[in-house]
Amino acid sequence: MSRWRHNWVMPLSVLAALLLGLLPLPDLLTPFRPYWLALVVAYWVIEKPDSAGLGFAFLCGLLADLAIGGVLGEQALRLTVMAFILDRFRARLRFFPLSQQALAIGVLLLNDRIVSAAIHLALGEPQLPASFWWAPILGALLWAPLYLLFDAIRLGRRAR
Amino acid sequence: MPSYAGPAPVRPADVAGTLRLLAYLALGVALIVLDHRGGWLQQIRGKAEMLTEPLRWVAGLPGRIGNSVHDDAATRSRLADDNRVLRNALLISGARLARLQAAANENARLRGMLGAVERGELDVQLAPILNIDLDPTRQRLVLGAGSGTGVRMGQVVIDAGGVLGQIIDVKPATSTVLLLTDPDHALPAAVARNGVRLVVYGRGGRLELANIPLSSDVKVGDSVVTSGLGGRFPAGFPIGTIAALRPDDSRAFLLGDLRPAAQLDRGREVLLLRLNATTSRPAAAAPPATAPAPATAGESR
Repeated sequence: MSRWRHNWVMPLSVLAALLLGLLPLPDLLTPFRPYWLALVVAYWVIEKPDSAGLGFAFLCGLLADLAIGGVLGEQALRLTVMAFILDRFRARLRFFPLSQQALAIGVLLLNDRIVSAAIHLALGEPQLPASFWWAPILGALLWAPLYLLFDAIRLGRRAR
Repeated sequence: MPSYAGPAPVRPADVAGTLRLLAYLALGVALIVLDHRGGWLQQIRGKAEMLTEPLRWVAGLPGRIGNSVHDDAATRSRLADDNRVLRNALLISGARLARLQAAANENARLRGMLGAVERGELDVQLAPILNIDLDPTRQRLVLGAGSGTGVRMGQVVIDAGGVLGQIIDVKPATSTVLLLTDPDHALPAAVARNGVRLVVYGRGGRLELANIPLSSDVKVGDSVVTSGLGGRFPAGFPIGTIAALRPDDSRAFLLGDLRPAAQLDRGREVLLLRLNATTSRPAAAAPPATAPAPATAGESR
């Protein structure tokens, strides 16, 4: 019963991340929008590797592409790359203190920006303005609260 | 990997993981290329986007609630102010419309004498903007009206200032507008003053006039209107005013920066032109550059 119940947390979190990605922000804040979906996918890849792997990341990315109206497959590619790196270093990442984890996530988000820029360059699409490179820092800062929140939800469910 | 285990052997799980990564990367690249090229994937994409339509609708909810709260919380004095401003605007518009009506009558009479084809009437439909943020590198807008309310592919989107873009995608309850400023967008235009024909390109957030001959009579401050060539956009709708002219890389032509006439950043509502089909192709007319009355600036595809 409890297993069935906390299985709902994953799709719900992905849905929430997609919504947060679409939510209108004032023009001034748009560049700082953290990549919510990447954070959520990162959490699940680290914490539940048997149900969230590359395929999960790819699917989430595809959904995001459809929702946000970018090039189909771009975010799928970006998230797959991120999930792969996370998967490789999961054993180490899990035992990092939260601050170091946040740093690692920040670097991964930066890498994600580079991948995205490379895709845009290859397609001849316009690049994002330079101010968008600040978003990974915000993403890294959000990692710790997000991690604790998800842990609380999952552990709370498990205890039931 | 514990340190006492010696040098790490290649684990089969790693190899499998890498292979899976490669497979997904290949799939992703294939999707990107196919989507970028356009073609059959577009149709599948259109179907798949049905899935995300409710998502977009929900994401637009805070914006709508914000608007209604803003409306509800308006103070009496502000409402009175708004009312006065709108009343004045209506008065001015009414006066202008009356003058235009006379011109329209005269125009119709002259056309009758010339035996020219009657222009198609056109009417408009008001559509709310669904307040959500799409991919910031693309200049798109999602409207909260779709095929359910009669929105069709290719319809021209305008606001009080001028042309905003065109509908490129219609879903049952939402539709997507390609803004003039999108890098994928180009629009046949004419200088209102003398009818010099130009093409307005979207440059991602701004508008540019390309390949203006050095000898042509185009000046900073000229207003640019749609020329009606190509048949998608009716003639005579304001696009913008020329803000700057400079020589391009070849030094044989001029490049112009255009200040858009429409409010391309967020408004609340836009107008969709509904053109009643008759085909005619008069020369680019130049109506007053501020607000063309939809009934008189008519021209069909």
